[in-house]
Formats: sequence, C-alpha cells, structure tokens
Amino acid sequence: MSASPADLRAQRIASEPLHTVGQETRFFRGSAASVRDVWNHRELLGLLVRRELKARYKDSSLGIVWSLIRPLAQLLIYYFAIGQILGAARAIPSFALFVFVGLTVWTLFTEIIGNGSTAIVTNSGLVKKVYLPREIFPLSAVGGALFNFAVQLLILILATIVIGEIPWHVQLLYAPLAIAVLVVFGTAVALLLSALNVYLRDIQHLVEVSLIVLFWASPIVYSYSFVHNELQGNWIEQLYLLNPVTLVVLGMQKAFWVAGSAQGPNVNWPADLDLRLVLALAVSVLLLWFGQRVFSRLQGNFAQEL
Amino acid sequence: MAENPTIVSIDNLSKRFIMHKDKSLKERLVNFGRARQHRDDFWALRNVSLDIPTGETLGLVGHNGSGKSTLLKTIGGIIQPTSGSVQRRGRLAALLELGAGFHPDLTGRDNVYLNAAILGLTRKETDRYFDAIVDFSGIESFIDTQVKFYSSGMYVRLAFAVAVHVDPDLLLVDEVLAVGDEPFQRKCMAKIAEFQSEGRTIVLVSHSADQVGSLCDRVVVLHQGEITHDGDPAEGIRILREGYEADRKLSDKVAEGADARRPAYSITSVDATTREDAESISIILDYLIEIFEPQDEWGIGLSIENSLGLHIYSMTSFGLNATLPNTVGSHRVRITLPDVRLGAGSYVVNTGLGNQSGLNFDERPRAASFDVTGAGFGYGLIRISPDIAS
Repeated sequence: MSASPADLRAQRIASEPLHTVGQETRFFRGSAASVRDVWNHRELLGLLVRRELKARYKDSSLGIVWSLIRPLAQLLIYYFAIGQILGAARAIPSFALFVFVGLTVWTLFTEIIGNGSTAIVTNSGLVKKVYLPREIFPLSAVGGALFNFAVQLLILILATIVIGEIPWHVQLLYAPLAIAVLVVFGTAVALLLSALNVYLRDIQHLVEVSLIVLFWASPIVYSYSFVHNELQGNWIEQLYLLNPVTLVVLGMQKAFWVAGSAQGPNVNWPADLDLRLVLALAVSVLLLWFGQRVFSRLQGNFAQEL
Repeated sequence: MAENPTIVSIDNLSKRFIMHKDKSLKERLVNFGRARQHRDDFWALRNVSLDIPTGETLGLVGHNGSGKSTLLKTIGGIIQPTSGSVQRRGRLAALLELGAGFHPDLTGRDNVYLNAAILGLTRKETDRYFDAIVDFSGIESFIDTQVKFYSSGMYVRLAFAVAVHVDPDLLLVDEVLAVGDEPFQRKCMAKIAEFQSEGRTIVLVSHSADQVGSLCDRVVVLHQGEITHDGDPAEGIRILREGYEADRKLSDKVAEGADARRPAYSITSVDATTREDAESISIILDYLIEIFEPQDEWGIGLSIENSLGLHIYSMTSFGLNATLPNTVGSHRVRITLPDVRLGAGSYVVNTGLGNQSGLNFDERPRAASFDVTGAGFGYGLIRISPDIAS
C-alpha cells in the first residue's frame, strides 16, 4: 500500500526540526545566522536590484543614460565654475578627469547612503506583509548604486583612453581597495540609518543635509594639495584624513588620475595612503558588523512602527 | 497512522504594542522627561499557547482588534513577540496581502518572478510553475503589460495565482480568499480544498462564518488577545456570535442610557417543535407575547440558521395578511412553517418584534432551536428523495 501525499508530507515535516521564528536579537550571536539568511535570499536580492533599476528608468526614452547625465552636468558646472572661473584648474593638471574621478566616487557614496537609509521605509509594504531578512532592502539599494557606479567607471576608463592618460600602472591597485572601503563603509552606515529612519523619520532629511556638507569635506573639486599647503599637516589635516570617503577619493585619484599621481611641486599625497586604506577597511568591516547587529535588534519592531 | 506531527508550536505568546504619540525628533526631545505620558501600552496577545498539527485547517476568528492578525503575523515571523516563542517547521507562504511585492512599473511577468522569489521560490522553480501560474490567473494576454494598467481584479488574480503555486507546507491566509469574480472564487476554493487533501496546513483569519464553517476543522476564538475557545468550529462560531451579540446589547444599553423604557411589546417565550414525516417536516413556533402599549401596527420577524451560522430562511409577518392581537395583556401566537425539506442537523431560530418602519420592540437571537434527524436519502442542507429510472 502506498502512502498518500498527505502522509508523505507529514512524514517529511516530522523529520524536520522545529526552529524558533524570528531573528536572533541578542547582541553577540546571530551574525552568522543573519548572513546565512541573506545568502539564502541572494536570488531575491538580485531581482530587487533589477526591479529598482528597471522601475527607475521605465517609460523614459533615454533610460539608463540619465544616470550619466547627472554626474556629467555636475562635471561641467565644477569644471567651469571652480576650474576655470575660480582658477583651480591652473594648479591641477587634467582638471576634468580629476573632478570626474571624485564625482564617480561621490555619486556611489550618495546613492548608497541616500537610497539605503530610506530603503526600509520605501519598502514598508513588503516589510509589513512578508517575512524576509530585512537587510535585503538596504542591500538592494547598494546593489543598484553599484550598477550605476560600474557604468560610470566604464565611462571614466573610456575617457582616460580618449585623452591618452591610460592608468596602466601599479597604482591602479588602489582602485579595488578604495572601492571595497567605500562599499563596506557605505553599507554599514546605510544599514544603521535605514533602521533608525523607521523610528525617526528625521534621519532621511538629516542625511540629505549631511551629504551636501560632506561633499566639501573630501577633495573632489579641489585637490588634497590645497589642504596640505594650507594646514601643513597639523591635527585638522589629520582629522580630515580620518574621513574614509576622503581616503577613498584619494585612492581613486591615485589610481585613475595619471597626470597627478606622482609626487610633484604642485601635487601632494598623504603618507601611507595604502596603509590608511587597509585600516579604514578593517574599521569599516567592524562598523558593518556593528551596524548589522543594531539593525537586527531594531528590526523586530519594524512591522508595527511603519 | 500515528498522530500528525506538530508544524507550529506557540508557547505562552504575548505581544505588547507601545503606541508613541509623538513621532518626530523635536517632539521627542521636547517631551523627553515625560516620555511615559506620551505612550500607550496595548496587549494585542496575552499568554497564547497553541499547537497546530500538520494537515489541519485552523480558523482564527474574533472581533476587530482581538489580535488574530497579530497572531498570524507572529507565526509568519513578521512581528517579533514580546515574550513567549513560536516554533515552526516546513515551508511557509503568507498571504497577508495579495500582491504586496508587486511593483506597478514592472510587467506582469517580472512581477511573477519577483513575487515568487519573495515567497521563497527559486528562479528555476518559478520557471517550472510559470505557465501554471499564468494559466491559473487567466490573464495570458496581459502578462507582458505593466501591472499599473491592470484592473484590480487582474491584479489580485495574478497575485493569488503566484501564492498558491509556491508549494507551501504551511499557508497563512488573512482575509484574502474572496477575490475576483465568482468563477475565480470557485477556483480559489477548489485550490484550497486541494491543499487540504494534500495534507498542507492552513491557518485562516476570516470574518466570514460561512467560510470558516465550511473550510476549517478547528476554530480558535480570540477575544482581547486571549483564546476563549479552541476546538469545534460550530461551537466556535456560536461563541463568536454570542460575543457580537453581547457587545451590541452593551452598546445599545449605553446608547439608551437612562431612557431604558419598558418596551411596547415583549416576547416572553418561544418554543420550537417539529413534526416529521417521510418527505418533509413542519416547524411550529409557539410565541407567548406580552403587549404593554399597543401601537398602530406590529409584526413578528424570524430567521433560521444552521449550526455553522449559515442563513437558511427569513420572514416577517407583514406580507402575510395575518391579524395579530393588539390589546394589552398576554397573547399566544403560533407560526407554522409547513413542508420544510431540511436535511439532518440542528437549527436555531432568531426572532424579534417590530413595525414596518424598522423600529424594533424586542429581539431574541437564538430564541429557540430544533433538531432534524436523518431521514431522506443522501446528505446535505436539504432533504431529497431521489428517484432513479431507466
């Protein structure tokens, strides 16, 4: 006599262990479980990223091109206003390329932080109705930002080829390290802010304002040499160099800005940039872990707070 | 076969909601010292313990705000309990809101993949079920249209189609079974019945007593976050109805306040008796009615339900051209319902007195009951004596 499907199902379920519903909320445990949970949903993560990108440019005839027009417009503004009118271009060789490198980094950072910190609130429909590891939502914002970044990076590389300053040197190795720092650091901050934003909606406005201010705290449209010449390595300069975004911008400039990558009369680089980046990566990883733990502590009440 | 294994085990579960009245940073800072005054505690669930065995269809019923949706969300892991625990195994699909993950700017096809992934299907599995999903939803020609152009019926049909193809061991359903037009509803119900026969476990939140009565093997009644009944569906529905009734009476009393006058007409008692023969039964209702203040007109209304609360018949005396007594004092009135072909079961009679403009003098829900014993051939709500010829 063969067992009915109902009996088979009952047998299979009886063989599975019961597990407690919900995420581990104790502080020092459960990281591994959370990572595994997200890993199990990686396919969904991919679909969410694609949804984000598809939906953003759906029904616009230029589509993905729009994600390039914004930084290009910014590039033009800074090139003329700061480079030509204020005269920054005279001290910085290949000024346009220099600005574009910084803007590429900055766009990635603002997209990760800006979209990441509102990710839970904008996906409240899903958070309230379906159980998913909630980390997925800020992570999908990171994924979308990375895609746009990849497109811009491609343009950047094409530009270096067109103007004949191909960055084919050993300093190119700074690029992956710098990108890793930025992604880990940005993800950590985005996770933290996305969870806090559920409880305090002021966060998203605070983020907008902070991003405008922080833009000027990194050497994107002016060069690090200006800062160094003014401050001569005092404690304010050291503070300035603690900003991971500054380090990332410097790292990317070192990798892609061939005209200024060597130490010269007009060009200064902070000492031990590679070591600083590695340290920043280590701190960012710790911060990411901390952010995830805070996130999983706070996420238990997301559904009722939204 | 051995006892079915437990699929969900809920142990002493409580959930407290804290409602903050201030939301912004400014408000919180201003009220920092007085934070306690600006929050309200509310226990949505209190010490709920429940074991659900595999293959069971469990109905969660209760008034609005009794905690049934919270309980369902806690089982689904969407809400974290304040104390106690929920243990669970097997694959879960939650139908708390149809199309929760639909993005209006994407096409139906993209949304099917996305929603299936949200419910836990891999891409390969979705590929395999895709045709079945589209077929079930019945919107083949619109599958590559953006979802924002769908009618609301198409939207929920596609969402439901995805949800039922996820192959869950445990299905959580919150008030979403009545979607689409009638043929689609029938399809949904057939799918639920198929799920039941395949030994899947279903936890259902519903306000429809008919639905709970016809689908569930077990009913849990929640009242203010506590379980007041756990077991037989008919009994559960009865308790739920009594709860509604008690609430209504309470609010009526509050509304009347000091103005609680003696009614003009009052039912002293109602007795139901039946007279059965082979083909049909007659139901005889004997009223004893007390008249205190005769009005221009009055009449008797009644309705009959079966034990699951399914409405079978209702009438009023107004259209019947019957003359009812209308003088101060006690009167006997007999209503006979002849030649009723009801199937076996127990039935209840709700009755009341009122006038044609809708003013009620007296109401007696579940005033009387009667049983019909199994005569006739076959089973069902009505009694039929079939004939076969060839």
